[in-house]
Amino acid sequence: MTKASSASEVLLHANKVTKNFGGLTAVNEVSVDLCKGQIHAVIGPNGAGKSTLANLLSGDLPPTSGHVSLNGQDITGWTPEKISRYGLGRSYQKTNIFKSFSVWDNVRLSAQSRSQPGPFNPLAWFTQAIHMKDVNARAERAIELAGLENRRHAMAGAASHGEQRQLEIAMTLATEPQVLLLDEPLAGMGQAEAESMVQLLLRLKVSHAMMLVEHDMDAVFALADQLTVMVNGQVIASGLPAAVRADTSVQAAYLGEDH
Amino acid sequence: MSDAHAPLETLPRSLKILLGTALLALAAFPFVGTDYYLQMVTRMMILAIFAMSLDLLQGVTGLVSLGHAAYFGVAGYALAFLTPPGEPVSLWWTLPAAVGISALLALVIGFLVVRTHGIYFIMVTMAFAQMVFYVFFDNKALGGSDGIYINFKPEAVLFDLENKKVFYFFTLALMVLVYVFLRRLLWSPFGRALAGIRVNEHRMRALGYGTFSHKLAAFTLAGALAGLAGFLWGAQSGYVNPELMGFHMSAHVIMMVILGGMGNFAGAIVGAFSFEYLLHVFKDLPTVGAFNLGKHWQLWMGLFIVALVILAPRGILGLLATLLKGKEKGHD
Repeated sequence: MTKASSASEVLLHANKVTKNFGGLTAVNEVSVDLCKGQIHAVIGPNGAGKSTLANLLSGDLPPTSGHVSLNGQDITGWTPEKISRYGLGRSYQKTNIFKSFSVWDNVRLSAQSRSQPGPFNPLAWFTQAIHMKDVNARAERAIELAGLENRRHAMAGAASHGEQRQLEIAMTLATEPQVLLLDEPLAGMGQAEAESMVQLLLRLKVSHAMMLVEHDMDAVFALADQLTVMVNGQVIASGLPAAVRADTSVQAAYLGEDH
Repeated sequence: MSDAHAPLETLPRSLKILLGTALLALAAFPFVGTDYYLQMVTRMMILAIFAMSLDLLQGVTGLVSLGHAAYFGVAGYALAFLTPPGEPVSLWWTLPAAVGISALLALVIGFLVVRTHGIYFIMVTMAFAQMVFYVFFDNKALGGSDGIYINFKPEAVLFDLENKKVFYFFTLALMVLVYVFLRRLLWSPFGRALAGIRVNEHRMRALGYGTFSHKLAAFTLAGALAGLAGFLWGAQSGYVNPELMGFHMSAHVIMMVILGGMGNFAGAIVGAFSFEYLLHVFKDLPTVGAFNLGKHWQLWMGLFIVALVILAPRGILGLLATLLKGKEKGHD
C-alpha cells in the first residue's frame, strides 16, 4: 500500500531494462522504481550487474532493450549529459573526480554546469567563472552538506579516500538533482566516515529519490525503504527490506544459508 | 603541492614581471632594430598568435591537433584571393572575412573530428589538413604548388601597413590582444569547462556538460585565431603557398607550444619566439669537414626538444618558473 500511495511520486521508472555484452546478459529485464523520499537499495554479489544497471539509468550505457523514464519523460537512449540536466545525478564506484583540481574547484565546476551559457555564447567566454554568484552558492551548499568545509583548498588527488568519496557526493549534489544514483558511496570508508555518510544519506533522502548500490549490509538495512536483490543480472527478490530478508531464495542465493 | 605535470595555469609574479619586461623590449625594438630583424620579430609574433591558438586546444582542452596549419593557411589564401592584382584591398573587411573563413572551415571539420579521441583525433585532424593541402596543391586555379603573390598589403586608412614599423606594431597589438582575450577565456566558465574536459571528460558528461559542443566551440575559436595569424602571415610575406597548411607547419606549431610550455598562452609565445630563433641558429651552423651542420637543422631541433621535454616537461616557461621560485626561496 505504500507503493500505491506514493505512485505519483515515482521520479525514475525503469521498465524491463536489459543489457547484452555480446553473448553475456549483464542486466536481464530489470524493473526499478525510485520514489521521492525513499532509498531504493540494490544489493547482490560481485558481477550481479548492479553497476551496469546504474550505467543504464544514467545513460553511460544505452540499454539493449527496455525503457527508462525520468519525471514521466522517456529518457531511453539519451546521452549522460542530457539525463544529468534533466535531474539525475550519479556518483561512481571507482572515484571519478578531477584529481588535479582543488576540492573547491571540483565542486564549483560541477555547480557551474547548471548556470553556464552555452559554449558558443560569448557570455561564457568573457565572464569570470569565480564571480558566478549562484554557482558559488550552490557549490558552497554542496560542500557543507558533504562535510568538506575544511578541505576545500586541498588538491582532490591528494585527499584521503574517504574525502574523495565525500567529494563524489558533493559534486553530484552541486548539480541539484532530483534523483540520485549512488554507486557504493561507502566503499573503502572507515567506521566513523561510513557513519557520517549514512547520516548524510538519511538527510538527503527527504528531498530526493535515491538508488543506492551498496555492499555494506548494516548500512543497507539502516537506510533502505525498498530493497532489490540481483544475482547474475536478474532480480531475484524486490520489496520491503524485511520481506526480502525473509525470502528463502535470497537467503540461499545471497545472504547465506545460516542467516 | 601542485602536480609537476599539470600545466602551469597561474603564472608566478616573478614570471609576470619577466614577461612584462619582455613586452617592453618588444615595444622598443623597432627603434633600434634593422629592417631585417624587424621582419623576423614580426614573423615571430605572427607565429606566437598561431601557437596561442593551438594552445587553446592542446594545452587547455587536451586535444592534440596535427592539422592546425590548415586554418592558418586558408586565411592567408583568403587574403590572396581577395586582393586584386593591381590595387590594395581594405583591411577592415578582409581581416574579418579571412578569420571567418578559417572559423567556418574549423567548424565544419571540427564537427567531424571532435567526436574522436586520443590517437584517432590526431589522425583525423591530420587527414583533413592533408586534404585541404592537396586541394590547393593540385589546383592550378587555386595557385597550385607555386602559390600566389599578394602584391599589396591591406589598406587600413588610419595607418600604413606598407611601413614595416607600422606593421610590426599592428602585429604586436594583435598578439597582446589575443593573449589578453585567451587569458580571460582561460578563467571564464567556458575555459574552466575546457580544463575539466582535459582532466576528466567522462565526469564532465555525467555532470551535464555537452562536451561535444564545448570541444567544437574550442576547435572553431582556435581555427579562427589561427586564421588571424595566417592572414597576417600572408600580408607580411606578400606570398602564400600550400606549405603554409602543410604537415610541417602543423608539426612545428605543436613543437612551439611544447617548447614554451602548455596551457597558459604565455608559453606559446615564448615557444614561438624560441623555435624561430633556434631555427635561425641551427640553419646557420657551419660546415664541418664534409658535413653541413646547418642543412640538418631538423636533427638539432629534434634533439633539443627531446632534451627539453626530458629535463623540463613543462617547457621553457615551466623551467623559468621553477628557477625563479628556487631563487625566491633562496632569498627567504
